[in-house]
Amino acid sequence: MSHHIVAVKHLKYVYADGTVALQDVNFTIHHGESVAIIGANGAGKSTLLLHLNGYLTPTAGEIRIGDFPLTKQTLPEIRRTVGMIFQDPDDQLFMPTVFDDVAFGPFNLGLPVDEVRQRVREVLEQVGAAHLMEKPPYHLSGGEKKRVAIATVLSMSPDILVMDEPTSGLDPFARRQLIGLLKDFRHTRIFTSHDLDMVLELCERTIILHQGVVKADGPTLEIFGDEALLAECRLEKPLSMQGCPVCGQGRREQRNTERKGSGGVNNS
Amino acid sequence: MRRKSRRFDPRLTPHFKLLTPHSYLLTNHMRSIDGAVLDLKRLDLLATGDSVIHRLDARAKVLTTLVFIISVVSFNRYEFTALFPFFLYPVVTASLANLPGGYIVRKIGMVIPFAFVVGMLNPLFDREVLVRLGPLAVTGGWISCASIIIRTVLTVGAAFILVGVTGFLAVCQALEKLGTPRTFTVQLLFLYRYIFVLTEEGARASRARELRSCGRKGLGLASFGSLIGHLLIRTWLRAERIHMAMLARGFTGEFHSRQVSAFGWRELCYVAGWSTLFVTLRLENGAQWLGRLVTGLLS
Repeated sequence: MSHHIVAVKHLKYVYADGTVALQDVNFTIHHGESVAIIGANGAGKSTLLLHLNGYLTPTAGEIRIGDFPLTKQTLPEIRRTVGMIFQDPDDQLFMPTVFDDVAFGPFNLGLPVDEVRQRVREVLEQVGAAHLMEKPPYHLSGGEKKRVAIATVLSMSPDILVMDEPTSGLDPFARRQLIGLLKDFRHTRIFTSHDLDMVLELCERTIILHQGVVKADGPTLEIFGDEALLAECRLEKPLSMQGCPVCGQGRREQRNTERKGSGGVNNS
Repeated sequence: MRRKSRRFDPRLTPHFKLLTPHSYLLTNHMRSIDGAVLDLKRLDLLATGDSVIHRLDARAKVLTTLVFIISVVSFNRYEFTALFPFFLYPVVTASLANLPGGYIVRKIGMVIPFAFVVGMLNPLFDREVLVRLGPLAVTGGWISCASIIIRTVLTVGAAFILVGVTGFLAVCQALEKLGTPRTFTVQLLFLYRYIFVLTEEGARASRARELRSCGRKGLGLASFGSLIGHLLIRTWLRAERIHMAMLARGFTGEFHSRQVSAFGWRELCYVAGWSTLFVTLRLENGAQWLGRLVTGLLS
């Protein structure tokens, strides 16, 4: 099943204004893996994602998706293989109704109308949005839009799902629903996110990007356990690993002792 | 005691007094820009309906509309009465397709001022009296001005109804099938698509400006210059992101529609029927003919 592999070798990208977004990025993601790419603002996450679908051409280095190197000739096949879900669902939904939007990809693949109808129904049911089929996308709530945006990509049966900040802007319930949905997928999944608790739940592996290079790459729990590394990359432990702020466990206790020691002034 | 018994009215507090007119204007303004966009989108949504007219092949509707527009436009400038029978087409189509009449009329109403500007000078320059209605002398200028307005109402109405019963996407597809170069139809589609992007960005930018200018004029014209510049760049970036999303889903310059339809007998009859009527009404003055018929019957 080598066709679900994403391999990035010595990737470098310099923007037209001379900003070096990616210096030397190397990693390989295997079939069925769920990987988070995290990092501070401006670390190069979005630039990296735009390479995986061939929007940006590397200044140097190589990207291989499955068995193909990413070139102009392989681009159509790679764009079908890699389903890209954008941070702002409004960028992704542009047709008059949800149905048309979800059908946009399958139609472009040249599928017959009946097959398209069936696929649209299936994926909308899968993401729990079948009742929205005939609605215009701009009337949906944030969570619904996100789910429809995912459906638009799923309808093309991608092997690899790439998502930029999937939980941004969602309320706790919609976020929980989305995490549940993403957990069930069996695709190779690549996320970028600042929602590290989501990363902890969804990804067994995490890659930290820092100033255009891969600073760390390993099991998520291990990486989140290394506070020095996180601080260096302008990150923090996920809240769920930080101890309870109410019941007195973890940091709170530490803070209290500090407060007593410094005569009531809390510097932490 | 008296003061206590009075109900609390927030408008009486000075703070609220200050805010009310401004926030009222503000919400009204926002509603107008966003509302106009939503209103246009509504036209596209109407096209998802299901009726005898909706089910026809898009090419038939495009061709009929073309013949209609050419017939209406090709009348000479003083023609007035002969235009009225043409209202039959938009009225019949809209009612068969269950389009909301009030909405279409409002949409057309938005264009009338522009038509009036075009014809406004005619009464001043063309003062030759053509018709006398008792003591009232109607000059050629007034007739041609009215003719321009009626033609606008007819053609714009027909175009609105075409989009309302077909959808912009399908209209472009039909144009392509009828031989228009694809580059042109795709440009047209993008133009249509990006109108929404531009107006949405515009509404956001102007809202941000107004919220910070506290009901006054802000920085005046100067701030508008940079606002428009930003708007262009933001729209550009957003358009690029949308284009990316389209490419990601295999867009190759072709839009597809779920409606499968063929140009059959029904379409042929539709085009032929309406076209014959339009050409006849163009050559014969239908209103006069009807008038003669009625007076003939009465006498």
